Amino acid sequence: MEKKHKILLKLFISTFYLSAFTFGGGYVIVTLMKKKFVDQYHWIEEEEMLDLVAIAQSAPGAIAVNGAIVVGYKLAGIAGTITAVIATILPPFLVISVISIFYEAFRDNRVVSLVLEGMQAGVAAVIASVVWEMAAGILLEKKWLSIFIMAGALIAASCLSINAVVIILVCIAVGLLKTFMPGRKGDPS
Amino acid sequence: MIYLHLFLSFLQIGLFSFGGGYAAMPLIQDQVVTLNHWLSMKEFTDLVTISQMTPGPIAINSATFVGIKIAGIPGAVAATFGCILPSCIIVTIIARLYLKYRNMAALQSVLSTLRPAVVALIASAGISILISAFWPEGSIHFGSTNWILVVLFFFCFLLLQKWKANPILVMVLSGILYAGISLLIE
Repeated sequence: MEKKHKILLKLFISTFYLSAFTFGGGYVIVTLMKKKFVDQYHWIEEEEMLDLVAIAQSAPGAIAVNGAIVVGYKLAGIAGTITAVIATILPPFLVISVISIFYEAFRDNRVVSLVLEGMQAGVAAVIASVVWEMAAGILLEKKWLSIFIMAGALIAASCLSINAVVIILVCIAVGLLKTFMPGRKGDPS
Repeated sequence: MIYLHLFLSFLQIGLFSFGGGYAAMPLIQDQVVTLNHWLSMKEFTDLVTISQMTPGPIAINSATFVGIKIAGIPGAVAATFGCILPSCIIVTIIARLYLKYRNMAALQSVLSTLRPAVVALIASAGISILISAFWPEGSIHFGSTNWILVVLFFFCFLLLQKWKANPILVMVLSGILYAGISLLIE
């Protein structure tokens, strides 16, 4: 593993950069973090990243901030948390500070709104690409319970608009039930 | 004292907003518009619009915006700090417990049922973004489809999957391409 201050610096720069370009909800930055810290730097394993996302999602507060906290803590303890949180809130802080001065002109600018509209397609493509890889990983394991949970959670969140916290709580209950009911045909691990 | 007041107000928003993003909106409205009259409803709507157009979570954007309006930069710092403090404490404790106990059988079993659900939640966030991009008028009709964005989406997906393009470059590129094409068509 690299030296700690080098990790902190790298963590700061990459989190700052990700936060500055994250338009739209917290899942966008979580997806970008996965690309950066799992696929590019190999600092975190894919399964671990999903666990960290679950923590970020189920705790109170913004997912982007919570995601930065868990990733920072995992990589460098409290120092990592502080580094990642500051790097995450600094870009919106600076941008809003500037915009609050002349926000009406910004809000009504045609080019700005077109660029932002177009970026949605790119954002959706980034999410689709990450989901594609992670879902393939789960489908290839061929554990029926996992596949069933994935499909069920997708329907619950997308079609029935059930709150994410509720979905996570139900999955925790299913997981506990599975542990305390041995002899059932669950997954062998 | 106004700084303490801002800090405590946004502390509540940070502590009680579960589920991120839009879940925090009613809480923010309650604190900022109804209880403290820091913003009018019109200003609050503007704030939501700006939040969607700029990076960062809506709670952080609101803290900065309201803080500056009420008490300048120090006010913005106090509000933002209040907003993130609960997360910092709670999430660090959970992360610590996770890293310590993740090898326990019960926790392993819970986590293995959670992972597919998290993938589904991320997928569902992607689907909402896709729907709002492809059908900006709100109703899903063949005739109201924004075809430029549909093509851009598949183009970006290809760039990412086949050529492993940098995701942020892809996002910015799709924004610029779309603005360029739209202005040319007019």
